[in-house]
Amino acid sequence: MTDKGKDRFAKKVFARPGSLVDVKSHFCPGCHHGIAHRILAETIDHFDLREKTVGVACVGCAVFLYDYIDVDVAEAPHGRAPAVATGVKRAQPDKFVFTYQGDGDLAAIGTSEVIHAANRGENITVLFINNTTYGMTGGQMAPTTMLGQKTSTSPYGRDFRKDGYPIKMAELLATLEGTAYSVRVATSTPAQIRKAKEAVKKAFEMQIKEMGFSIVEFLSTCPTNWGMKPLDAQKRVLGEMSEYFPLGVYKERKQADFL
Amino acid sequence: MQEAAKKGVAPAPKGRIEIDFERCKACELCVPACPKNCIEMGNRINVGGFAAAVFARLEDCTGCAICAEFCPDVCIEVWR
Amino acid sequence: MAVSVGARVEQRVFMKGNEAICVGAIAAGCRFYYGYPITPQNDIPEYMSAHMPPIGGTFLQAESEVATINFLLGTSASGKRVMTSSSGPGISLMQEGLSYMAGSELPAVVVNISRSGPGLGGIAPSQGDYFQAVKCGGHGGYRMPVLAPHSVQEMYSLSMLAFDLADKYRNPAMILGDAIVGQMKEPFVQTPYVSTVSQEKPWALTGCAGRPRQHVKSLYLKDNAIEVHNWKLHRKYLRMQEEEVRYEDYHLDGANIAVVAFGTAARVSKTAIQWARREGIAAGMLRPITLFPFPGAQVDEVARRVDVLLVIEMNTGQMLEDVKASTTCHDKIRFLGKPCAMPTPEEIHGALRKLAGRE
Repeated sequence: MTDKGKDRFAKKVFARPGSLVDVKSHFCPGCHHGIAHRILAETIDHFDLREKTVGVACVGCAVFLYDYIDVDVAEAPHGRAPAVATGVKRAQPDKFVFTYQGDGDLAAIGTSEVIHAANRGENITVLFINNTTYGMTGGQMAPTTMLGQKTSTSPYGRDFRKDGYPIKMAELLATLEGTAYSVRVATSTPAQIRKAKEAVKKAFEMQIKEMGFSIVEFLSTCPTNWGMKPLDAQKRVLGEMSEYFPLGVYKERKQADFL
Repeated sequence: MQEAAKKGVAPAPKGRIEIDFERCKACELCVPACPKNCIEMGNRINVGGFAAAVFARLEDCTGCAICAEFCPDVCIEVWR
Repeated sequence: MAVSVGARVEQRVFMKGNEAICVGAIAAGCRFYYGYPITPQNDIPEYMSAHMPPIGGTFLQAESEVATINFLLGTSASGKRVMTSSSGPGISLMQEGLSYMAGSELPAVVVNISRSGPGLGGIAPSQGDYFQAVKCGGHGGYRMPVLAPHSVQEMYSLSMLAFDLADKYRNPAMILGDAIVGQMKEPFVQTPYVSTVSQEKPWALTGCAGRPRQHVKSLYLKDNAIEVHNWKLHRKYLRMQEEEVRYEDYHLDGANIAVVAFGTAARVSKTAIQWARREGIAAGMLRPITLFPFPGAQVDEVARRVDVLLVIEMNTGQMLEDVKASTTCHDKIRFLGKPCAMPTPEEIHGALRKLAGRE
């Protein structure tokens, strides 16, 4: 990209954030991981944390976090990122530590680890990408898959009598004392993107101020596994997903609660 | 803008974008995102095999950057 | 008796084996311990919960052994010496994390104070976790140094050695004890810790100030990178086999019956061998201290010159397979197994007498 616009339009108002590595991503066209990664990088830059950050990558489409965010990153086994992040933060309390996890990672195999990290009030920030499916492995049913949703392991549609209801993690984690901030956002309208950025900033602030555990749940699309074009997938987020998983702040600690 | 219209001259755009042609995956999220319909899907295929988005109507761009906020591949840079 | 701080006097301490491991770990500079309660090793997390905070260390009780091993992964990736302990069922839960740590080349010390199995088993001592420890129960085909203490002294000294081996090879290292050596109390000498390895960890994730970003990972997808990585790890394990074999030669000079045993089975065998030798039976013992790397060459050398190799284990025959694989003298090999119980000196003495033709 050139600066040939410079002559007439002097101010560059939008560019790739410094912490977002300048490579083509492997994400499918229209996948919201790209937007979430960019918001993450923007926020790291906003607080000037790049050199003091250790990220913990999960298993799933976001396993390549270390190729895209220009910070030290540890790879965790599936679901274990909050436990690995605990190990990093306890060893290096001065570092900014975050995890980035999908719904299979956080709400299925890793539920114990995230609940207990939140319960202990670990000063870490969790970014949770909820797209109601297991993306990387080919679109299997996830704990967040909606009733009636057909996936590769629920070909007849999710049935609550067999598989239970989709799990609402932002609400669940908000009930724990150790959670300082729990919010659900989406990135399917300009206003939502703006609110998502504010939410991630607030989550970072919670860690910086040592207020406890923070989580931002992103309602996201998976156009490929939903069998939808990206724009139609976006409509699904705005429709049935937002209805069942309401956007908003579920917990926001106002002052530090030091024991 | 009205003065310019009276003079029969198109009003100057307030902003400008550049779309990275080779990085675009033709997801089309930027097209309805633009409040001024400045972006269209093109018909040239890029190295990824995608018919990339193009900045079609330069004259209406306000540099709001909403297109860039939507692009998951950070293909768009915006100037004002 | 007052001992001045800093004097290199070797203190004699009377302590439980489980606690001696902690004393060794602290001497070796371990300041992070994570664990979960399980019989018969609870003395270890309890000791560390009391002794870490006063020296600026960190103790954290995890919600499960799965979380525990992942806490280890994160702290090790941060460049710190870190330890955990458990028993068989908990070590089973740690297998995934151990595989990841081996693949990511992360050092840490993992202690198994074995109980009975399989399954919930019981709290009686056993050596039933030999396969799990030595052949490595996690996926992908990695190895770990495995140390087998047979006394409280060794619980202390092998603990220090485990940290050095872990750092030397950038690999998890295991101490394989059992309920007896863990719970028994006896005096040991607190020899000072002398580091044999560099503790510089330029690969640690300390934040990318002044350098490019780094990652700790075990995923290799491109081209044949994973094949190359496996050979790299393999060469590391070959080096362990060349440089780290440790064993005890107990009265093997002139012996014509050689016991091969580790840990508590070896401890009891020493008594039986002393009784046998007093009666003029030429018995001795080759005691592996490292189960991996296994002293296979030594087993073979002893097998060639004795009449009988008596393998004694508190299981139904696990190290027995490694003994057989180490020598072609299979006709000389006998086995005395006592799964999930301690063999008595009388039992072993009786077996030695029988082999010597005295009964």
